[in-house]
Amino acid sequence: MSALDIAAAVRSGERRATDVLDEHLARIEAGDGDIHAFNLVTADAAREEAEAVDAAVARGDDPGPLAGVPVALKDNMCTRGIPTTCSSKVLEGWRPPYDATVVTRLRAAGAVAVGKTNLDEFAMGSSTENSAFGPTHNPRDLTRVPGGSSGGTAASVAADFTPLGIGSDTGGSIRQPAAFCGVVGMKPTYGAVSRYGLIAFASSLDQIGPFASSVADAAAMFDVIAGPDPRDSTSIRDYAPNASSVLDRGVAGLRVGVIRELSGGAGTVDGLSADVLARTQEAVDALAAAGATVEEISVPSATLGLSAYYLVAPAEASSNLARYDGVRYGLRVDAPTTGEMNTASRTAGFGPEVKRRIMLGTYALSAGYYDAFYGKALKVRTMMLREFAEAYEKVDVLVTPTAPTTAFPLGERTADPMTMYVNDVCTIPSNLTGHPGISVPFGIGEDGLPVGVQVLAPALGDELTFQVASVLEAAAAGGAS
Amino acid sequence: MTDFFAAAATDDTPIEPSLPDGWELVVGLEVHVELDTATKLFCGCANQFGSEPNTNICPTCLGLPGSLPVMNESAVELAMRLGRALGCDVNRSVMARKNYFYPDMPKDFQTTQYDQPTNSDGRVVLGDGFVVGIERAHIEEDTGKSTHVGGGGRINDAEYSLVDYNRAGVPLVEIVSRPDVRTIDHAKAYVEELRGILLATGVSDARMEEGSMRVDANVSVRPHGSAELRTRCEIKNINSVRSLGRAIEYEARRHIDLWTNDGAPDQETRHWDEEGGRTTSGRSKEDADDYRYFQEPDLVPLEPSAETVAAIDAAMPPLPAARRAALLEASGADASAVGIVVERGQDGLAMAAIEAGAEPEKVVTRLVNDLAVDDWSKVEGEAFAELIRMESAGELSATQAKQILGDLVEQGGDPAEHAASRGFEAMDTGELESLVDQLIADHPEEWARFTGSDDGDRKKMQGFFTGQIMKATKGQADGKAVAQLLAQKSS
Repeated sequence: MSALDIAAAVRSGERRATDVLDEHLARIEAGDGDIHAFNLVTADAAREEAEAVDAAVARGDDPGPLAGVPVALKDNMCTRGIPTTCSSKVLEGWRPPYDATVVTRLRAAGAVAVGKTNLDEFAMGSSTENSAFGPTHNPRDLTRVPGGSSGGTAASVAADFTPLGIGSDTGGSIRQPAAFCGVVGMKPTYGAVSRYGLIAFASSLDQIGPFASSVADAAAMFDVIAGPDPRDSTSIRDYAPNASSVLDRGVAGLRVGVIRELSGGAGTVDGLSADVLARTQEAVDALAAAGATVEEISVPSATLGLSAYYLVAPAEASSNLARYDGVRYGLRVDAPTTGEMNTASRTAGFGPEVKRRIMLGTYALSAGYYDAFYGKALKVRTMMLREFAEAYEKVDVLVTPTAPTTAFPLGERTADPMTMYVNDVCTIPSNLTGHPGISVPFGIGEDGLPVGVQVLAPALGDELTFQVASVLEAAAAGGAS
Repeated sequence: MTDFFAAAATDDTPIEPSLPDGWELVVGLEVHVELDTATKLFCGCANQFGSEPNTNICPTCLGLPGSLPVMNESAVELAMRLGRALGCDVNRSVMARKNYFYPDMPKDFQTTQYDQPTNSDGRVVLGDGFVVGIERAHIEEDTGKSTHVGGGGRINDAEYSLVDYNRAGVPLVEIVSRPDVRTIDHAKAYVEELRGILLATGVSDARMEEGSMRVDANVSVRPHGSAELRTRCEIKNINSVRSLGRAIEYEARRHIDLWTNDGAPDQETRHWDEEGGRTTSGRSKEDADDYRYFQEPDLVPLEPSAETVAAIDAAMPPLPAARRAALLEASGADASAVGIVVERGQDGLAMAAIEAGAEPEKVVTRLVNDLAVDDWSKVEGEAFAELIRMESAGELSATQAKQILGDLVEQGGDPAEHAASRGFEAMDTGELESLVDQLIADHPEEWARFTGSDDGDRKKMQGFFTGQIMKATKGQADGKAVAQLLAQKSS
C-alpha cells in the first residue's frame, strides 16, 4: 500500500494509524534481523504519535497529508530524547535535546517515525558497511550492499518496512542507495530543505531528501519537508515547491540532455557498466517517445567532480567532526591531560573511513597545501557551476545513470577506498553545484538487480525532476524498457 | 593577525622616554570588545555577564551535533557602527572557521572572519593628534570560560576543570591596530580613546575588569631610526590600562636586554603577571596550531548596501574627538581638563551650562574638581550655570556651593531653592565685620601673632580666625570676604 493510500485511508477514518503502525512494526520484527535497516526501532514513541493521529481524526481535525504513514529516519537526524548515533561509537549515549526541522515537519504532517536507520558512519561511504553497528543488507539480495550512506533507509523502503524514509545526500547518499535497492530517492536543491538537526558531514553539500516506492509518494514527502526555515541560514527564502501538482504534466516539448562524459560517450569516466548504460539509453528513448527532444551535452568538468568532492567534503568534515572531543557528550576515554583525553576519545570513537577523511581534510586545509588542494577544488566547483549553467541554457533536464553499476557484493570493495569512491561519480556533480537530482528505478541489470536512472535539473528545478521521473516510472512499469 | 610592515622613524616620531637611549618601541594592539547586544551572535540566548554558570545556553551555542548558527543582525549593525566610528571601510564580508581544539570552545572551531573582514583600513586620532592606523575590525564569537581546579591550576595539571559556556557565542569585534604606537602613553591613550568611542557609540560597555574589553599588545623594539621590524611578542592577560603600560615597559626592556647581550626574543605569546610585574612565556608561535581557516559554509556572506552604511553614518552620535574639539572651542579651558570632561561624558552638561551663560572656564574646572561622581544625570545645565553665577557673585561661599552641588546631584532642581531651604543667605558685610571685630577683641594673643612678622604664625592664625568665623556662621560666611577683612584690619 502506498504512502498516499495509507494517508487517505487514515484521514477518512477507514484505517487507524495504530493499526497501520502495528502492521509495519510486525514486518520489521519479522524481517530486520536479516536486513539490519534499523539501528533503533522506537515502537513506543511511534505508538504515541499514531494515537495522536487517530485522536485528531476522531476529533475531526486535519491530521495532515501524511497521516499515519510510517517513516524511517536516517540516524543522523536529531530526535528529541531518542539516541542519534550517526552509526558511530563516538556518539555513544547521546540523546539530542531537540528535533531536526524535518522531524518536526513530518510529525506536523501526521507521519509516524518508527525508528532510526543505519548508515555509513557520519554518512561517509557508499555501501553502509562503514557502520559501527554492522552493515545493512540489500533486501533485493541479502548478499549485496544496499548502497550508502543512506542504506538503512533505502532498505527500509525496499523491504516495505516503511512506505517512506528520510535520507541525506552529500555526494549521492540518497540517490545511489535508492538505485541499488530499486526505490525512488531524491536530493533537493541545496537550501530547499532545512538542515537544522541534520548532523553535519559536509555542510555546503549536505541536503536532506525523501525515499519512497513511487515518485508520487516521494513528491508528497518532499512537499512536506521543503520550505524555508529561519534556523538554517542557507535555506532558500520564499521557496515553497509543490511537486505533487506537476506529476502528470508529461515531458512533451521538454529538452532532455545526455551528459556525454557520464554516458559512455567520448571522454567518459571509467567504470560505467554496459547494462547500466543500456538502461539509461532506454530511459532517454522513453522520454523521446513521450515527446521530449534529446540532445547530447558535454560537461567536461563533470569528470573532475570526484577529485574536487574528495577535497571539499573531507575538509568540511574535518572541521565539523572536531567537536567530538569527549568533553561534552558521547564517548570519553579518560587520559591524564585534556589533549590526551581528546585524542584517546577520538581514536576509540571514530572508525577507519572517518579517520581517513578527517586526515585528508585536515591536510587539504593546511597552510602550504590549501591552494594546491582545497583552493583548487573550489575552483573546480566554480567551473562546474558555470558549465552546468551553460548546459541548462540548451536543455531543461539532464539524464545520467545514478550509479556506475548495480549493487555489489558485501565486502567486495571495503579494502580499496578508491573503488568505493567511484560509486559517486554520477551523483557528485549536483552536490557540488547545489542542483536537485532524483533516482528512479528503470529496469534491471544482467545480475537481475535494479538499475537507477538519474534526472538532474538546475537549482530550484525540484518539481521538474519529479515531473520527468514520473514519466520514466510509468515507462518502466509499462515495459517500455 | 597583525600585519607588520616596515616604517622608518621620522623626525617627529615620538620616543618612549622610559627606555634606554637609542631604542625605539614598536607596539600594535589587538582589542577584543563584547558587543552590547541582547542576545548572542548565533542564537537567541541572553548575552549577559554574571549569570549562574551554564544557564544562558542552547544547542547552537553548545555546538551540539546538528545545530546551526543564525547571524544576529543587531551584532552586525553594531560592528559596522564601530567600523564607521573608526573610519573604516565597511566591506562585503564572510565568516570563516578558525580550527583548533580547546575545551571551552564548543565546536572546536571559532567562527570568525579571516581574509574578508567587515571593517578595514581605519584610524584613531588621539587627543594630541597622534594617529594610530586600524588594519581591521572583524566580527567573531567568544569562547566559554574554563576554571582549572586543584593541582597546578593550569589546563594540563589541574585536578579537574569546570567550563561555563554562558560566554560561548557572545558577539565580539576584534580591533587590530597597525604597529604605529611608539610610546607607552600613546598605547594607553589609544585604549582610552577606543573605550570612549565604544561608549559614545553604544557598541560595548567596554569594562576591562569584566572582560568586555580585552587588550593584547604586540611588542617589539628596534634601534632608533631603523625601519626593520624585529621579533615581536604578544602579551595577553592585561586587565587594566595601567597594566598595559607596565607590561609594555617590562617587555620592551626584556627585549633590549636580550638584543644587547647577543640574544634575541622568541616569537611567542606571553602572559602578564600583575603581581610579579613581569611577563611569562606562554605558547610558542612555532608550535602553535595551523588554524586551517576556511569559509563558514553554514552562514551566508554579509553584504551591507550603500544605503545601510549611509544610514549608520547619519545616525552616528558625536565621537569623543569631535566633542573635545567642540568643548575646547567653547570653553577655552585646558586641553587635559577638557579631555577629562569628555571622557566622563559630562561635555553635554558643560556645553549646556556655557550656553546658559556660565563662565566657560569655571564650568570645566568645577566639573573636573567637584563632579567626579558616577551619576550626575539630575544636574541640569541651567542649574549648574546658576550655581556658578551665585558663587561668583558672592551669594554663596565655596563650601555652600559644594553642598548645593551635592543637592543637585541627588535631587536635581534649582540651586536658589536649595540655598533657601538650607538657609544659606549671603551675609551682610557689616554683620561679618562686627563678628570679626568681636573675635579680635576676644583673642588678643592670637591677633598679635597674626599681625606679627612670623609668616608661619600668620598663616596658622589666619586659619584659626577663619575657622572661628565659619563656626560662628555655620559655614555661611564667604571665605574670601573673611580673608579680605582680616587683611584690612591688620594693615
